[in-house]
Amino acid sequence: MQWTADKVQEEIVQLLQPFNPKDIAITPDTDLSADLMMDSVAAMNLVMEIEDRFEIDVPISLLPDVNNLQDLVDVVLAQLSKG
Amino acid sequence: MSLFDKYNQVNARHDRLIAAGRDPFNICMDRIVSATEAIIDGREVILVGTNNYLGLTFDSDCVEATVEAVRREGTGTTGSRIANGTYSSHRDLEQDIAGFLGRKAAMVFPTGYQANLGIIAGLAGPKDTILLDADSHASIYDGCRLSGATLIRFRHNSPADLDKRLARLKDDNTSKLVIVEGIYSILGDQAPLDEFVDVKRRHGVELLVDEAHSLGVFGDNGRGIAEAYNVEQDVDYVVGTFSKSLGAVGGFGASDNPAFERLRFTSRPYMFTASSSPSSIATARATLKKIKAQPGLRLQLWDNARALYKGLSDLGFEICAEASPIIAVRLRDEESAVFMWNALINAGVYVNLALPPGTPDGSCLLRCSLSAAHTSAQVRRVCEVFEQAHRALKDWRDTQSAAE
Repeated sequence: MQWTADKVQEEIVQLLQPFNPKDIAITPDTDLSADLMMDSVAAMNLVMEIEDRFEIDVPISLLPDVNNLQDLVDVVLAQLSKG
Repeated sequence: MSLFDKYNQVNARHDRLIAAGRDPFNICMDRIVSATEAIIDGREVILVGTNNYLGLTFDSDCVEATVEAVRREGTGTTGSRIANGTYSSHRDLEQDIAGFLGRKAAMVFPTGYQANLGIIAGLAGPKDTILLDADSHASIYDGCRLSGATLIRFRHNSPADLDKRLARLKDDNTSKLVIVEGIYSILGDQAPLDEFVDVKRRHGVELLVDEAHSLGVFGDNGRGIAEAYNVEQDVDYVVGTFSKSLGAVGGFGASDNPAFERLRFTSRPYMFTASSSPSSIATARATLKKIKAQPGLRLQLWDNARALYKGLSDLGFEICAEASPIIAVRLRDEESAVFMWNALINAGVYVNLALPPGTPDGSCLLRCSLSAAHTSAQVRRVCEVFEQAHRALKDWRDTQSAAE
């Protein structure tokens, strides 16, 4: 299927829900560490869910540059375009 | 803003841990009495968290060989192998390890952590791809990062997930290295190595197995999980440590690859560190001989492991994996795990407290590791103390809920 940026964001927001026990409002600026209190392992586990959902690989070597939801969307779009 | 401000959150968590009793990450043993006992805060404690699987740290032959090596070769090597020279004992140990594992070559490192750093970062570079099990030890993650390779995690112990990811990479021309452990250090679960080997063969990639916790423990000759699964020929690189069943400090990598020796002048963690001390080398050589000569130690270890597994299961504790020399008991939350851990040590039993993010799936665990040197009476006592501590936990919880 053809993924649009909006659709990718929507899917990632869904995948973020288990990592959002306080149910805060998720925006592109939501910071995974500061706002969702995700540690490095949780971030890697989220990436694994994202990989399965979009059938892509997201090398964890890219994670140091991923801080917020927008960064995640950008990484996914970049990996999708490689496929 | 201080450099240390980034640790404020983790520091606050550490403060909460200490408020509940002892510091679980800074236990001081005033005196080591034997392979299975120490004095902590003036109290005799049974050690069930040492990874001293074969209990060889006080073996008189090994102690004598070590003392003799210090007299003969001195206390330290004062430098690196490449700049300051190799001692013949380093070379002898490397030959011993290669011979024991049936490999063409082995390289020795000052610690197991550095062995993973040196072998992984030596083998893989920025233009390569590493696929690693999600539950890999920190030393594997750090070695992977140091390599600069593209890092892809696959689901823990899932050959199918690895297969799927390798299939996605079929048009990618990078060299690929798959990394798994023989037995995982926190839960004690085994890798399905035969299935991983099948995937690795089909995709034509190389496989590294970290046998840190399985060397001396698995296989008819103690060579590890690869021996137990009869797939040693399909494992391209073995990494291991001296600080568990071998009762010393250090680590190694071993391989049949004819180019393996190139790592001696390309792997930075090998090149730019001090070489292992004569005492560590002598201990590892002596304990390796014991592993070969005394298979009964392994049998004793497994008897103890099964006894503790049964004892704790019968008491109703949730154990994370099948019986092995690592027995991880899952508690429902961090507060309970910390309370139990303190109660255990106060009653004379030391185990490891393992908390997220250092554990899989956010589990809060009391991790036990057995030794061949444990007596049946000690194993029984450990079960009794677990039962007492669990009762104390229930009482404490009741008091807490009454107060709320």
